[in-house]
Amino acid sequence: MSDTILEVRDLVIDIPVAAGMLHPVQSISFDVKRGETLSIVGESGCGKSLTSLAVMDLLPLRAKRTASVLTLDGEDLLSAGERRMSDIRGNKMAMIFQEPMTSLNPAYTIGNQLVEALLRHKQVSAAEARTRAIYLLEKVGITAAASRLSQYPHQLSGGLRQRVMIAMALMCGPDLIIADEPTTALDVTIQAQILHLLADLQKEFNMGMILITHDLGVVARVADRVAVMYAGQIVETGTAKQVFENPTHPYTQGLIECIPIPGKTERGAHLGSIPGIVPSLVGDLSGCHFADRCRYAMDACRSGRVELTGSFEDGHVYRCALTPQQCAANLTKGAA
Amino acid sequence: MLKYLLRRLGVAVLVALTVSVITFSLIYLSGDPAIALAGDSASNEEIEHIRKAYGYDRPIIVQYGDWLARAAQGDLGRSHYLKANISDVILTRLPNTLILALCAISFALVLAIPLGVAAAIRPNSLIDRFALSLAVVGQALPSFWFALILIFFLGIQLRWLPITGTDSWMNFIMPAIALGYYVTPGVMRLTRAGMLEVLSSDYIRTAKAKGLRPPAVLFKHALRNAIIPVVSLAAVQFGFMLGGSIVIETIFAINGLGFLAWETIQRADLPMMQAIVLVLSCFYIVITFLADMLNAFLDPRIRVT
Ligand SMILES: Nc1ncnc2c1ncn2[C@@H]1O[C@H](COP(=O)(O)OP(=O)(O)OP(=O)(O)O)[C@@H](O)[C@H]1O
Ligand code: SF4
Ligand SMILES: [Mg+2]
Repeated sequence: MSDTILEVRDLVIDIPVAAGMLHPVQSISFDVKRGETLSIVGESGCGKSLTSLAVMDLLPLRAKRTASVLTLDGEDLLSAGERRMSDIRGNKMAMIFQEPMTSLNPAYTIGNQLVEALLRHKQVSAAEARTRAIYLLEKVGITAAASRLSQYPHQLSGGLRQRVMIAMALMCGPDLIIADEPTTALDVTIQAQILHLLADLQKEFNMGMILITHDLGVVARVADRVAVMYAGQIVETGTAKQVFENPTHPYTQGLIECIPIPGKTERGAHLGSIPGIVPSLVGDLSGCHFADRCRYAMDACRSGRVELTGSFEDGHVYRCALTPQQCAANLTKGAA
Repeated sequence: MLKYLLRRLGVAVLVALTVSVITFSLIYLSGDPAIALAGDSASNEEIEHIRKAYGYDRPIIVQYGDWLARAAQGDLGRSHYLKANISDVILTRLPNTLILALCAISFALVLAIPLGVAAAIRPNSLIDRFALSLAVVGQALPSFWFALILIFFLGIQLRWLPITGTDSWMNFIMPAIALGYYVTPGVMRLTRAGMLEVLSSDYIRTAKAKGLRPPAVLFKHALRNAIIPVVSLAAVQFGFMLGGSIVIETIFAINGLGFLAWETIQRADLPMMQAIVLVLSCFYIVITFLADMLNAFLDPRIRVT
């Protein structure tokens, strides 16, 4: 068994829209290792959700997915049919969604919806499934877990529902868990609780996790690796330490400048204080997508394709025409 | 659930009482009932005599109380025209209408719900287009015309089905189709729209992310939520069928309540009319109540607070 749970190479998503072909995700590559958290950050609309849906094979029907490699624990997902994928979903990989208020079926009890996945994938009795549901509800910090099983979603608060969703994702003991902005819809006060809960569970069960979030403060604390996305591309990726200590891409630098400093800034403060808007991703795209918003944009940035290149250390790459030294100089200037 | 049931039951009783007041006042709607009964050529003494004999001289509230108490015991009075007990007449006619309406609504639901679901699973597919054209035709074709077409082909040309009467279950096939097909488009569209909406909801995405197979996603998770408005619509339509099958009962010579109502209107037989309205209203109230209970069972947000 390899250490790498998820391997994604050159993932491309195209969606036909009225204006032409939308390219929301353009050739993305990343790995997730067992027991490791990869955090994907980037502002709204940069393709984070589509990327995770592509891994789950739950993209909207019109969307077209291509990749050179897409494997989960060594198994090729590109050639897996819908039947095989449904055996994998909820079993080997599970997903937690952005909208806890609407992600549970209002017609069924929490218990029913929790045991469902386990009964679908594993040979267990209803009583065993129930026991596991109670165990996991307690794990995610829900008190009086047994009595919650007979409650309906509308009787639970948003925070509780998201905890139920997390327990549900863990029912089959997945190798990979994808959490797509699991806290955006929740009160600021419970956001950090839920994210730390996820991080703890990920370590305890030794899963691979993709954590999509806006909260860079949390990323800095819980992520092992970080991928910064901008307009459908990864613009910088590396270990959390590399990216936070040596942010190289001007966009990453911009994000980190507005990062909440623990203790000094409010928790849960959001990204997006970089002026300008994301370019349209319809039709032909060339040059650096960030050029319109970049302080350092040059003529060279607007033509051809800007590729990922190595930064100061191994495994730390960024997508910019500037040299790492120039970028580092920019950072000190910006900070001054 | 019990709380909801009791509250809903209370509403039903209130509605029934209101209906009873309205029905009771029907008698006075067309003027003095004693004069109407006595006929045009009656003298003043004769009218007074009838007024006393039928109790029309008592205070109106007493008359209502008396009438309501009898009606509650199943005594709906006598039809002056038919010289018969109204309850007996209605009881002989009601089964035909009930059977017809039950067959018609079953036909409509069995056709419309699967079609609506199939259309929603594959929007713009062949089956969706087929369902849509069926709906357009269904809504454009008057039911008496459709009934005549059925009679011509199935009854006269092919001789598969009897055309009139109520002798066997075969007699009910054509009238049930003719009565039910008119409801099909509405039910189908509502099912399709409901399924489309539910299928794009977040909890369906959750169900898929759990790896559930399509039947579980469609029937366990989607249909149960999508069917709730359909239940209410079907209840309303069923109520209309009970009272509104006059045309179909007439065409197929089915001795039902609709047919009776039509005869009664022509004869201006007021007590009979009053009784028919009361009975149909009560059925309507019971059906709506049952539909609400079914919806409360389907949707816990209604029953659990
Ligand atoms: N079904 C769809 N049809 C057309 N365009 C879509 C569809 N789904 C997403 N998009 C577009 O693709 C882009 C990426 O969407 P995605 O949901 O992945 O963004 P995101 O990074 O998750 O944003 P957020 O932080 O707001 O969740 C957006 O511009 C969005 O408008
Ligand atoms: S390539 Fe040019 S425009 Fe793009 S981020 Fe680098 S400096 Fe800015
Ligand atoms: Mg998203």
